[in-house]
Order: sequence, then structure tokens, then C-alpha cells
Amino acid sequence: MNKDEIRSVVVKELGKIAPETDATSIDPDADLREELDIDSLDFLNFLTALHKRTGVNVPEPDYRKLLTLNGAIAYLADKLK
Amino acid sequence: MYRFRMPSLGADMEAGTLVEWLKHPGDPVHRGDIVAVVETDKGAIEVEIFVDGTMGRQLVPLDSKVPVGTPLAEIEGAEEEKEAKAPAPAAAVPAPATPSPKPAAAPASVQGLRASPAARKLAAQKDVDLAALKGTGPGGTIVLHDVERAAAGAKLPHRGLDLEKMRAAIAAAMARSKREIPHYYLATDIDLSAALAWLEKTNAARTPEQRLLPAVMTLKSVALAAKKYPAFNGFYDPAKGFAPAKAVHIGNAVAIRGGGLVSPAIHDCDRLTLDQLMEKLRDLVARAREGRLRSSEMSDATVTVSSLGERGVESLYGIIYPPQVAIVGFGTVTRRPIAVDEKLEIRSVVTATLAADHRVSDGHLGARFLKHMAALLQEPEKL
Repeated sequence: MNKDEIRSVVVKELGKIAPETDATSIDPDADLREELDIDSLDFLNFLTALHKRTGVNVPEPDYRKLLTLNGAIAYLADKLK
Repeated sequence: MYRFRMPSLGADMEAGTLVEWLKHPGDPVHRGDIVAVVETDKGAIEVEIFVDGTMGRQLVPLDSKVPVGTPLAEIEGAEEEKEAKAPAPAAAVPAPATPSPKPAAAPASVQGLRASPAARKLAAQKDVDLAALKGTGPGGTIVLHDVERAAAGAKLPHRGLDLEKMRAAIAAAMARSKREIPHYYLATDIDLSAALAWLEKTNAARTPEQRLLPAVMTLKSVALAAKKYPAFNGFYDPAKGFAPAKAVHIGNAVAIRGGGLVSPAIHDCDRLTLDQLMEKLRDLVARAREGRLRSSEMSDATVTVSSLGERGVESLYGIIYPPQVAIVGFGTVTRRPIAVDEKLEIRSVVTATLAADHRVSDGHLGARFLKHMAALLQEPEKL
């Protein structure tokens, strides 16, 4: 999975969690929790979806690395190398 | 002979329109089955039945708007209660205007479209193209409301939720609460260090889909405290006084995107394991936000829990949902310096609050309720 494919997966899953927002236009370095108004259950659902889609199991101590769009893409890209 | 009646799905609901039968004469029905869809001012709600028997004569034609309590159908092989069952004391929380999960019996379909008879009739009258509509009823069924809105040229409600109506329902319930209920408020700081350490250890060995959130521990602590102190778990009727509930059904306040709030019930919360509670929470929050709740979830909550910790507030003092008599609030878990064994330590602390009805309990008992919750959270493995 290359970076563009990873971005596409991340944006799609974020779009499912916050369907009223345009996940393609969010600031890639902004905190997703604020940008998309998501709570810890939404975030856990996001990580659950990423696990299913990519096989990457993000442990709790790494949550903070996925708090921005760019952060999430870089984290997954690193794990999927 | 038992009569299945138009339920009350909110303190301010007076009537509803029967739009679908999901069980037909001769069909067996079981406690918990969804048998009909009713449209209310707050949208369509799946209505469950609470007896076992066989669907008999259906007494009210589809599309009829009838008052709460009106018999809708006869259920053979089930006993009528002595006193016509008053609709369950309804949480005055706004019902989402709502689609609901795909019913067991799919609604009638026309050329591949699912639409209620009422919706089809009106669409024909108003020359509305059903194929162009997005249904907000069960399983995406197009219901009367969708056609009315399309005929009026209105935009379809956001994901099946009519936020304007929801706001009106919140306003009515909260104004009634502030007008009628003499609230008293208590707060306490609870050290969550042990609970969060246990959670971290538990979650470390799990995949994301199996992990727990701190909310399940706080919900369970409220449920167990409500069981121990029934004066916070039940309904107040101005004419009859307080009636403690037999079970603990926690109304969990869920914020709706774009505004609005709904507090569907997690049934028998005190008897669920944390894993079961987490599964329920995931399911309930998802369906609440999509507007797919069931009648029992709208009407059964016996005490409410609201958490605003995610948004950084330290504490929240809730407004009781009548006819309930208490609401527990949780703020943000923060790292705070506290004295532990004569030493200053940095601990994870949450401020928990209780707003309770002074007609039913006093601050002394409320303090014991909060203290019990705090004690339960010190032994998370026993929750």
C-alpha cells in the first residue's frame, strides 16, 4: 500500500465517522479531534477500521501519533513498509 | 387478550401515526420483537412489544393518527394487564427523527424501493418521485415524513435526524425539568489512577475492536450505585410520588453531530460485564447518531449519565430528564496534585457530579451515592 492509497483509506474512514464534513479538505496537520469534532469512541472506531483495512494494530501509547491526518498517514506508511 | 397500544415515546408525545406493521395477523410475536413503526413529531420509531403471543386483529388502519394508549392490535395468547398499561415513563429526551435497523420483516417494496403505504399514497397524490428520495425509515424505508418534506420542497433531514424538532423536544423537556424539579447539586473528585492503570493493562493485549473506554467503568459505577441507592433510580409522578425502578437502565447522553442530544437507555447496565457494556455502548452511540433507535431505548432510562470530559470541561451539572430523578455528570480526567498518605502525588482525577430531585432524596444520601461510586472505581477489576 503506497502513501496515496493509505491517504485514501484514512480519508474514507474519517468520512464515515464524520459524514457531514469533507474529510478531503481538512487541514492535514490539525488535530482531528477538534477538526472533525470526534470523541474517544469515534477515534477508537477509526482505529478499529484502520486495523481491519490495513492490518495495523495501533497500541494505545501510539494514539497520539495518529491525531492528525498527516500523522496517521505517516504512521501507517511506516508500519506497512 | 392483550392489547398492543400506541406507546408514549416522550413526555410531550400525545399521539402518533401508525405507518407500518412488521408483524401480521397469525404471526407469532415475542417479547422484544419490533412489531410496528410509528411516526411521531420526532420522527419514526420502531416499536417493540413486551409480551409473547400471536398477532391477532389489527384495530387501527395504517396512516391513522391516534392518541397515546390507543389499542392498535390484539395479541392472542397474552394476558391484558389489570390496568391498561400506561406508556412507560418516558425519558423526555428527544426522540431522534429516525430510521431504525432493518426490521425482521421488510416493509413492502415497490419496484425495488422500500416505502411505507402512507408514503406511497402521498407520493402518488403529490406526484413525488419515490426513486428520488432517500428514506429515513427502518432500513432506509421511505416514510410519510420523507414524502411530506419532498413535497414541501424541503431538504431531507440530516441522516434521518430532524435537529430542529430535536431542539424543540430538548427545550420542552428541560424547561419542564427546571420548572418542576427542585434540583440539588453535589460534586466530588474521584481518583481514577487505579481504574486507568487497570484499563491500560487490559487494553494492551487487545486489538482496537476489543478495547474498552474509561466510560464503561464510570457507567458501571453509576449503575451499581443506583442499584444500591434506589432513590436515584426511578420515576417521579406528581400525583403518585416516587416509584423506584426495578432495573437499572442508564440513559447515556449522546451528542448528535450538528447539535442535539439524545439519551437512549442501556438496559440492565448493572448486570453487564465491562465487555458487554462496551459492545452496547458502541452499538447504541452509532445508532443514536444515525437516528436508528428503538422505542424501549427511548422510554426506559431510569437514571442518566452525561460526560463532557472529551471537550475539556472540568465538571458539568446536569438537568434531570423528567420523570427521572437524577443525572450524573463526568468532566475531563486531568492530572492533578493530590495528597496521598501525607505526600503530594500527581494523579488522574475526574470530577463527578450528581443533580438529584429534592422531592425524592436529600444531599446526605446523594453524598453517599457519589462516595459509593468513587469506592467502586478504586477496584476496577471488580466492576
